[in-house]
Amino acid sequence: MRLFLTQLRRDLLIAVRSRSDAANPVVFFLLATLVLGLGTGSELGPGAIWVLALFANVLAVEGVFGRDHEEGTLEQLIVHARPLFPAVLGKLAAHWTLSGLPIAILSPLGALMLQGSTAGASILVVTLLIGTPTLTLLGAIGAALTIATGRSGLLVAILVMPFYVPVLIFGASASAAATTGDPTSFALLVLGALLAASVTAAPFAIGKALAISQEH
Amino acid sequence: MEGWVSLIGCERLLHSMRRRGKPHELNDSLLVAEDLRCIVGPRALFVGLSFTVEPGDLIEVRGANGSGKSTLLRCLVGLAAPESGDVHRRVEAQYLGHRSGNSGRMTPHENLRWIAGLRGVERDSDSIDDALARVGLGDAGHAMCDSLSVGQQRRVSLARLLVAPSPLWILDEPLTSLDDAGVELVRELLAEHRSRGGGAVCATHRALTLGSAAARVVALSRGAPGAPGAP
Repeated sequence: MRLFLTQLRRDLLIAVRSRSDAANPVVFFLLATLVLGLGTGSELGPGAIWVLALFANVLAVEGVFGRDHEEGTLEQLIVHARPLFPAVLGKLAAHWTLSGLPIAILSPLGALMLQGSTAGASILVVTLLIGTPTLTLLGAIGAALTIATGRSGLLVAILVMPFYVPVLIFGASASAAATTGDPTSFALLVLGALLAASVTAAPFAIGKALAISQEH
Repeated sequence: MEGWVSLIGCERLLHSMRRRGKPHELNDSLLVAEDLRCIVGPRALFVGLSFTVEPGDLIEVRGANGSGKSTLLRCLVGLAAPESGDVHRRVEAQYLGHRSGNSGRMTPHENLRWIAGLRGVERDSDSIDDALARVGLGDAGHAMCDSLSVGQQRRVSLARLLVAPSPLWILDEPLTSLDDAGVELVRELLAEHRSRGGGAVCATHRALTLGSAAARVVALSRGAPGAPGAP
């Protein structure tokens, strides 16, 4: 818990200091929603919002370790944080607070732009709140694996996209069902299960990948 | 089982599996390196390298550029794994690498607080200020690290040794980009550390002792010590 909080506080502080970087995913999400709304007219469902949230996520998560690697703070983290996984979890929690959380909160606005109503928006927010942390955790595995290759945005996307697909399917189907008033609980439960699985397993995989990245 | 693991190229995994379950007797040593072998690409950096770090020891790792000094230190601190051989540490080391290890978007003060937090050392603001004053950064403690010179950043990294103390220091060219006073400071810190019973392994090109007990030298030259290693 100490490691989690120490790392969370540090990363939030850095994010606040570099506002323009930190705001990137949210700005991307809002711009893409706006452009998509203008380009297609108001006939897209919540699935489109999920797709945009997913891309905003993968773009943001790609750089989550890059700067720490360059500055050597990543190797210090690996040397000092015993065990490593709570610190990794703290780091990703800070990252999600500035990428997934604001997107989930702003998603009703996106729904308004893309489907012309806020029907089922509360379920959309809930699916994003449960789904985007899973995306961040899975994406961070890819980001950790590709640190040594330098800038690797597209590589991370290609690596993690197959693992994003179940989250996208259940997230989009639950929010689509909510707009028509169909039952959503099954998809929500699956999303919750995916989150529980990735919170418990992903930090270990990320820690291992980070350790490997420091071998040279 | 072993055949399969070797087949899929996981000798290192096999090695760690074999190694597990035979605890090593460290006695009083801070660090024991046994028969380390490291191969990068086609050539062996070092083969059959063994040494121990006892309390009060200073070990200078010397060698030409590219002789594997940094790789050796990264193996000692656990960031890299040697091809074969074992490293046993009695304590978690403090490591000073080539990269500063300080976030440019935090102040030295905040960076040190972070390290102390990771180590679980309770530090109040004053003791961090004291450490910064000791390394000559009394007035720069609350400027962003990005705005500091390379030498000043190096001093922030040195302050880490004071804020989160460890009996084992592993320092990779600690004198790099320091001025004369900084070099003197490193020598003082090392002398104090050794008098408190700490040990240190330093990669360096310049002598790190001044008046205090002599250092032991581990010299690295391609493939030595031991037989020239043909991979």
